[in-house]
Amino acid sequence: MTKRNPLASEDLVQEVTAQLKAWEEDELASFLARTPESRDSYVSGSGLPVERVYTPAHLPASFDEIGLPGQFPFTRGPYPTMYRGRPWTMRQIAGFGQAEETNQRFQYLIAQGQTGLSIDFDMPTLMGYDSDHPMSFGEVGREGVAIDVLPDMEALFDNIDLENISVSMTINPSAWILLAMYIAVAEDRGMDLNKLSGTIQNDILKEYIAQKEWIFPVTPSLRLVRDCIVYCAEHMARYNPINISGYHISEAGGNALQEIAFTMADTAAYVDLVTSSGVDVDDFAPRLSFFFVSQADLFEEVAKFRAVRRYYAKMMKERFGAKNPASMRMRFHAQTAAATLTKPQPNVNIIRTALQALSAVLGGAQSLHTNGLDEAYTIPSEMAMKIALRTQQVIADETNVTNVIDPLGGSYYVEALTDEMEKGIERYMKQVEEMGGVEKAIEEGFFQREISDSAYDYAKRKASGDRPVIGVNKYVDEGADEKIEVHKLDPESEARQIARVKQVRADRDADRADAAMKELLRVAKDPSANIMPATIEAVRAHLSMGEITGALREIFGSYTETPVY
Amino acid sequence: MTENTAPLRVMLAKIGLDGHDRGVKVVARTLRDAGMEVIYTGLHRTPEQVIEAAVQEDVDVLGVSLLSGAHMPIFGRIFELIDALPSAPRFTLVAGGVMPEEDEEELRRRGVAAVMGQDTPPEAIVEMLRRVVAETAAR
Repeated sequence: MTKRNPLASEDLVQEVTAQLKAWEEDELASFLARTPESRDSYVSGSGLPVERVYTPAHLPASFDEIGLPGQFPFTRGPYPTMYRGRPWTMRQIAGFGQAEETNQRFQYLIAQGQTGLSIDFDMPTLMGYDSDHPMSFGEVGREGVAIDVLPDMEALFDNIDLENISVSMTINPSAWILLAMYIAVAEDRGMDLNKLSGTIQNDILKEYIAQKEWIFPVTPSLRLVRDCIVYCAEHMARYNPINISGYHISEAGGNALQEIAFTMADTAAYVDLVTSSGVDVDDFAPRLSFFFVSQADLFEEVAKFRAVRRYYAKMMKERFGAKNPASMRMRFHAQTAAATLTKPQPNVNIIRTALQALSAVLGGAQSLHTNGLDEAYTIPSEMAMKIALRTQQVIADETNVTNVIDPLGGSYYVEALTDEMEKGIERYMKQVEEMGGVEKAIEEGFFQREISDSAYDYAKRKASGDRPVIGVNKYVDEGADEKIEVHKLDPESEARQIARVKQVRADRDADRADAAMKELLRVAKDPSANIMPATIEAVRAHLSMGEITGALREIFGSYTETPVY
Repeated sequence: MTENTAPLRVMLAKIGLDGHDRGVKVVARTLRDAGMEVIYTGLHRTPEQVIEAAVQEDVDVLGVSLLSGAHMPIFGRIFELIDALPSAPRFTLVAGGVMPEEDEEELRRRGVAAVMGQDTPPEAIVEMLRRVVAETAAR
C-alpha cells in the first residue's frame, strides 16, 4: 500500500538502512574497538532508549503527521505565524503576603515589561481554608497571597486594567470561589465579562494524582469544574476556565511521557463530563488550555510538546467529534522545572532555566514562566525574578529562534521521538480505559504509583551518578556557595489578614449573607444545577471562602488519601 | 546488644497543608529497602496528631517533611509539644525539605538531630539516621 505524502521513498529507506548497516559493521565497529563509547546504552530523560544516529528511515510515514503551523494535526504549532506574530506571553507567577503586597509586585513586573499576570495563592487559599482556621497556622501569605473575602480580591486587582491585562490564577479545589470573586470585581467595575482574558487552573484531577490539594471527594469536585466550564462558555468568551496541567505530575516525579499521557487522560475525562451535561464539544473545547513543564532533556521536551499537540488534535476530532479546528488546537503555558534546581551553586540555576526555557520556545509554548535561581531556597526575590524574566527576553530578542516556526520539525531524531511519545500516550490511555477511567485509576492509586516509581528510580539514578547533577554529584564545590538573599515574610502580615477577615464578617449585612448561604446550599444539593451564580452572590454577600467550603463539606464530604509509595 | 539487631522504627510525617510528598515517599521507600520499619502518616496532619502517634508507636526516629516554607512555625509548635510531654521522648527528631541555611542551623540548635534536603543521597539518609540514633542512645 502506498502512503499519502510519504516523507521518504521506499527506495531511500532501503538504501539508507543498508548504508547504516554497512557503516555499523565496518567503520563504526573498528572505531568502537579502538575507542569505546562512554556508556553501554543511552536513554532520554524519561528513560526511553535512544539510537546513536537517526536517518530518514525513522521519519513518520507521512508528511500529514507533521503538516503546517496552524493546521491539523497542529504538530508544528497552534497558529500560522507563531512568534512572528507576537512572542509568547512572559508570565512570571507572583504572590505573597496580603493582597496589597502582591499588587505592588504586579506593578513592578508590569513596569519591567511583563505582559500577563499570574497569581500564586497561599496554602490556606489553595485548600479552601480561611486565614483564621487552625489548619492555616504558619501558612498565611507564605507561599502566595492570602485571599479570604471579596475585599481581598478588590485590593489584589487595584489599579490593574483587567480588560487589557490577562490574569492567570493558579488555584484548584477552591477555583470556583476565586472565579466568582474575579467576576464580581470585574462586574462591579462595570467591565464586560466577554472582554476579560485569563485562565484559572481548576484542574482537580491532577490534584488527586500529583499536587495533592483537595477539599471534597472526586465526584462533587468534578461537578464544580464542569460548572466553571459551562458558565464561562456562556458568559466569558475569552476566558480559559481550566488549565489542564502536566507540570505537577512532572514535579511529583513523573517522567515526560507520564506527564503528557496522564494529562490527556484527564482531558478526556473533562470533555466527557461536559459533553454528557449536554454542551456541544465545539462550544467549550476552544477555551481548554494546558500547562506543561519544560524539563532538562532538550530534544525530548520539544518532541513531547509536538506529540501532545498532535495527540490532542486527533483525539478531539476522532473521539469527540469536534468540527471547529479551534477545538483541536492545543495552546499551552510552560514553566521551567523547579525540581531540577539545586541549592549548591545556585547561580548555575540560571543556566538550567535558560536551556529549559529554550526547549519550551522550540516546542511552541504560548506563555512561559522561568523560575528564579533561588527556587530551591525560598520564594523568589525581586532580583531573581528579574533575571528570570530577562532570560526569556534574551531568547526572544537576541537568538533569532523566533524567526522560523517549529525549527526542529523534520529532524530525523525529533520526528522519531515525537512519534514514539504519541504512541506512548495511546498505550497509557488504553490502560486507563481498561481500568474503568480516570476516577477508578485514581481510586486504585494507579497514577500515584507510576509517579512514585519514576521518582524513586530518578533518585537512585541521581545517587549512583548515572544521572549527573552539576554541583550535587559532579563538579562539587568545597567552599561556601554564593550568598542568596532570602525573601522575608512581613511578620505582621498574617495578623493583619486575620483581623481583616474577622472585620469583614462582622461588618457585613447578616441577612444578605444568610440568604446567600441558604441559596448556595440549595443549589449544591442539586448536582445538575450550576453553582456559579449562587457562588457569585455568596462572595458579594461577603461570605468567606472557608465559610463556603465548610458548609459544602457537609453536603459533599471531605477527601482523604490512602498514600501509595 | 539488642539495638544492633532490631530494625529501626521510623515515623515519617507531613504536617499542615503542604502537599509536596515526592521526597517523603522516596525516603520511606529507601528506609524500607534498607530494612527499617517505616510508618508514613500521609498528608495534612496536625503537630498534635503526629507527636501523639510517635509516642504511641514508640518509634526510634520521627522525620518531619516540610516544603511549604512553614517549617519554623510548625517546628516551633513541635518543640512546645515535646517539652510538654511528661518525660523526654525516646525518638530522635529529624527534618527534611527545602529551607534556608540559617533556619537549618536554628532547628539543629533547638534539638533537630539532622536536616535533609532534596540533594541528600538516599544512602546518606540511611547512614545519617543510624548515626543520630546511636548518638542519642549514647547520651
